[in-house]
Amino acid sequence: MQALLVVAVAPLLVGLMRQIRARLEGRAGAGVAQPWRDLRKLLRKERIAPRGTSEVFRAAPLVLVATTLVVAVVAPFVTTASAIDPVADLFAVVALLALGTVALALAGLDTGTAFGGMGASREMTIIALVEPTMLVAIVALSVRAGSTNLATIVSSTLHDPARLVSPASLLAAAALVVVIVAETGRLPVDNPSTHLELSMVHEAMVLEYAGPDLALIELASAMRLTVFLGLLANLFLPWGIATTATPLALLLGVLALLVKIALLGAVLAAGEVFLAKLRLFRVPELLAGSFVLALLAVAASFFLA
Amino acid sequence: MNLAATGLVVAAALGGLSAVVALVVPTRPRPVLVGLGTAASGAAAVTAGVAATGGQSFAVSLPELLPLFGVSLELDALGGLFVAVTGGVAVVAGIFGMSYSRHGIGGRSVQSVFPLFVVVMLLVPVAASVGTFLVCWELMALTSLLLVAAEHRQRPEVASAVRWYAVMTHLGLVSVLFGLLVFAARAGGDSFDALRRADLSPGVAGVVFVLTLLGFASKAGILPLHAWLPRAHPEAPSHVSALMSAAMVNLGVYGIARVGGDLLGGGPAWWWLLVLGLGAVSAVYGILQAAMSADLKRLLGYSTTENMGLVLVGLGAAGLFASSGQRVLAGLALAAALLHVINHASFKSLLFLAAGSVLHGTGTRDLDALGGLRRGMPVTTAAFGVGALAASALPPGTAFVSEWLLLQALVHGVAVPGLATAIVMPVAVAVVALTAGLAVATFVKAFGVGFLAKPRSAGAQQATESPATMLVGMAFAGAACVVLALEPAMVLPALARVGGVVFGSLESAVGGEVTLRLEGVAGVLSPLLLALALLAAVVVTVAAVRAPGVRAARREARLWDCGGGPMSARMEYTATSFAEPLQRVFDDVVQPELDVDVDHHEESAYLVRAVEYRRRVADRVERRLYEPVLAVAWRWGEAGRGLANGSVHRYLGYGFYTLCGLLIVLVVLR
Amino acid sequence: MLGLWRKIRRTGRVAEAAPPRPDGERPEAARRLGGSVQVRHVDAGSCNGCEVEIGSAFGPVYDAERYGARLVASPRHADALLVTGPVTRNMAEPLRRTFEAVPQPRLVVAVGDCARNCGVFAGAYGVVGPVSEVVRVDVEVAGCPPRPEAIVEALRKLTGR
Repeated sequence: MQALLVVAVAPLLVGLMRQIRARLEGRAGAGVAQPWRDLRKLLRKERIAPRGTSEVFRAAPLVLVATTLVVAVVAPFVTTASAIDPVADLFAVVALLALGTVALALAGLDTGTAFGGMGASREMTIIALVEPTMLVAIVALSVRAGSTNLATIVSSTLHDPARLVSPASLLAAAALVVVIVAETGRLPVDNPSTHLELSMVHEAMVLEYAGPDLALIELASAMRLTVFLGLLANLFLPWGIATTATPLALLLGVLALLVKIALLGAVLAAGEVFLAKLRLFRVPELLAGSFVLALLAVAASFFLA
Repeated sequence: MNLAATGLVVAAALGGLSAVVALVVPTRPRPVLVGLGTAASGAAAVTAGVAATGGQSFAVSLPELLPLFGVSLELDALGGLFVAVTGGVAVVAGIFGMSYSRHGIGGRSVQSVFPLFVVVMLLVPVAASVGTFLVCWELMALTSLLLVAAEHRQRPEVASAVRWYAVMTHLGLVSVLFGLLVFAARAGGDSFDALRRADLSPGVAGVVFVLTLLGFASKAGILPLHAWLPRAHPEAPSHVSALMSAAMVNLGVYGIARVGGDLLGGGPAWWWLLVLGLGAVSAVYGILQAAMSADLKRLLGYSTTENMGLVLVGLGAAGLFASSGQRVLAGLALAAALLHVINHASFKSLLFLAAGSVLHGTGTRDLDALGGLRRGMPVTTAAFGVGALAASALPPGTAFVSEWLLLQALVHGVAVPGLATAIVMPVAVAVVALTAGLAVATFVKAFGVGFLAKPRSAGAQQATESPATMLVGMAFAGAACVVLALEPAMVLPALARVGGVVFGSLESAVGGEVTLRLEGVAGVLSPLLLALALLAAVVVTVAAVRAPGVRAARREARLWDCGGGPMSARMEYTATSFAEPLQRVFDDVVQPELDVDVDHHEESAYLVRAVEYRRRVADRVERRLYEPVLAVAWRWGEAGRGLANGSVHRYLGYGFYTLCGLLIVLVVLR
Repeated sequence: MLGLWRKIRRTGRVAEAAPPRPDGERPEAARRLGGSVQVRHVDAGSCNGCEVEIGSAFGPVYDAERYGARLVASPRHADALLVTGPVTRNMAEPLRRTFEAVPQPRLVVAVGDCARNCGVFAGAYGVVGPVSEVVRVDVEVAGCPPRPEAIVEALRKLTGR
């Protein structure tokens, strides 16, 4: 159920963010539902198999969507009771999302085009730096909760909200925001609406996809954004999440999640208006900075406990 | 005789028999017979090892077999684990080797040394006295040296690799020798039982530990004693590389666990901090060099350094916890380290065998010249894909589970009171995390550039699949990877028993059948459920895109080349260009040597005729540490040449002066 | 940053009110797209006058994006090609290949007089002919260069919004 919610909401979130950007730029915008229209159209279009590509190219969109779906099922977005608790581990969730990225990078390499390889190379460079930051930030969060299980972290934060304003938690939040921006390919790391191949990261890998395959990829990247924002929201602002399985609590959980994601998305979109894309080789500096933040968070969680 | 004893004796006998067979049978059936014999020997060893980790033990003493100290063997749970791992690798390497006989390695000497190498590797973890251990250790070094040298006639680089390996492995031996001799002298006996009972002063124990650690670390390819590994492993025949990289390096870990944990009985925290530190540095440096490497087997060799580093991080953390009385965490960290040993053995043998298959099919191991192998070599591609997934620590792969356990141990270790853990654990977590990230990039490069896309050379273009036995060998290793990835709980009880040998009685740290449940600290993970969930999600997605209204047929179209001419393989990203951004990021660490030559037309300096770009990522540790030492040795040698000018009178004079000098010293000392 | 914020506040909405929906027949393929058209622009030999106008059609004032049209980076992602200029000899084959690269259903919009009938370049030695001689054209936009309103109107015929 949670997965259905994420699937339904994800394109709307992207639409909302585009709309906010459009308004801030003085434009009227295409409306919040436009990404759904795009997806509907892409699903009806023709599939294309570029010459010389293999099963890896065809399977990558499926893997990308599947990894995100699993995360959407297991992570505590609406309720702290996870559907498959033994999978709802933060390390597992991060590794699953990384697996999706890897599948896409392999697909980019599989096409054998210069742009595909370029995108894959850049994406792998970024993920090689994002992964450590993400894992260290997770450690900072889990040290206090005594577990890396997502539901446990969320419910222990619910019981002890004072922990949220501790330096460890704030530093970890800052680090996570930076890596989420990098991982989902938003400004200033990657420009999702670029047309210049040489400045592409994510787009360069998917240049060969068309029709339903492209729809899957667009859906997956919207879902990843939603999932990341949802995780960020519930790790640091868990209020409203359902702790019991009553319909009322669940409804409240859904509403709270929607509000939180929409707010975070709005902030992100508004922030993007003020940012320009960083040069590719400045990105590692940003990521290294967030890595240090995460490490500080772990240190703080011990020394300031 | 119990199963453990029978298995071990059968394994040794089969190995010895294969060696004899290799000497007497003609060339044609030789590789097949030797391969079968080695595989059977390996299978028997697996049985023995599993039985030993299941609680059986076996001890035998043959005092007449060797002069002075005799032979004494004992198989316990710790030894059994390494016997089982070595045996497993021997099975796949033996099967693979049956048809992997290119020129030079079908010969009598190489084929008879191969099973012997396996047998001595099986004997190292069974040795129960210092003498036996050292003899087996040295025999292992010698046999592997001969195998590395197998192809020295075909490629001149082999000779240099052999020299490096010979010198380094013997320096390691000297270090272990000194350490164990000091130990045995203080203990008053050379059997391991006597050593266990010995009561050493902390200083002596420290010296023994550090000396043996140096020797064992050099065998495990740990920084800064790793220099032989990325040389010797690529130059050896691939099934030998698999044995060395997946089985032999483990014995370095075995040595540290045996001497530091079992014989010396734990020891102070600084020992294990040292182990952890060496492991952490090796892990990051190894994977960084692997990420830069464009030679497939060199990449795998550096990845071995990385994985052994991770194992030492686990081992060091376990020792650290044990020394501060955290039995639960010690058990967890040790289980993580040992599970990683097993996982590494399974995926690294698979990867090296696949690399051997690539070498067999294309004649090159240069990633910049490979590509497009999926068409010619689909099975090898699939095998390498499974291995790469396992090695990059992503679910559902094997290394993910052991790295998850390791991270859990480290995470819970942060909460352990004590300044050392508070500083070390976050750094260790960061190291493991950085390693995981870089490993992903490395293996995407190896798999994506090497096997997907378009072929970059004629060799890759004409690649054909390897013979069936090689594929069967890879299939066995791949099956081991998959089973370990989905059902790691299978081996955990054995690991708990091994942990009991190393650090005294430890509680079983991880339980559960489908789900791994940490005992004593919070943490659950189910690799099987995770894989099933992933599969279910793929099925749902496929069903969704097969829904009515969605077109199923695909139109084949030319690649989007911006409308220009057809794209050639020269326009593809190569392994070197793939790693370029990472190389820029870690510029200060790897310090690559760049060389750009721009050739202009005569008419104008603005018209470029050709640009030549060369990049070499030298091993920085090697340049900073080894080259000065080598230079000093060289200068010594030069100076020595001045003394030795060939005049007999002079040499007699040297003897005379030395004698006089000694007499004077004696007089003064009296 | 604060300056930019103040500027945003001061400027407010730049986009002009949407003119009434254009009538006239829509290509059959456009109906199947359902209000979402991704556009790939191909310069087949234009003087770049049309490019400037396309740029402003997608700018804040005319805001073609509000009708569901969006410029994309690859013909594989596109539903429509926006072709400008007379087709030169060098660009004839790339144009054909770009058209082939677009998954069906696909549309072609010829923007500007040059694309319709070669304009002032008619008969020039480097010119193959108008766009319609190379690929099938669905919608034409007249003008040298066409006004942004005309381009937006053509795009609205495709999106139907």
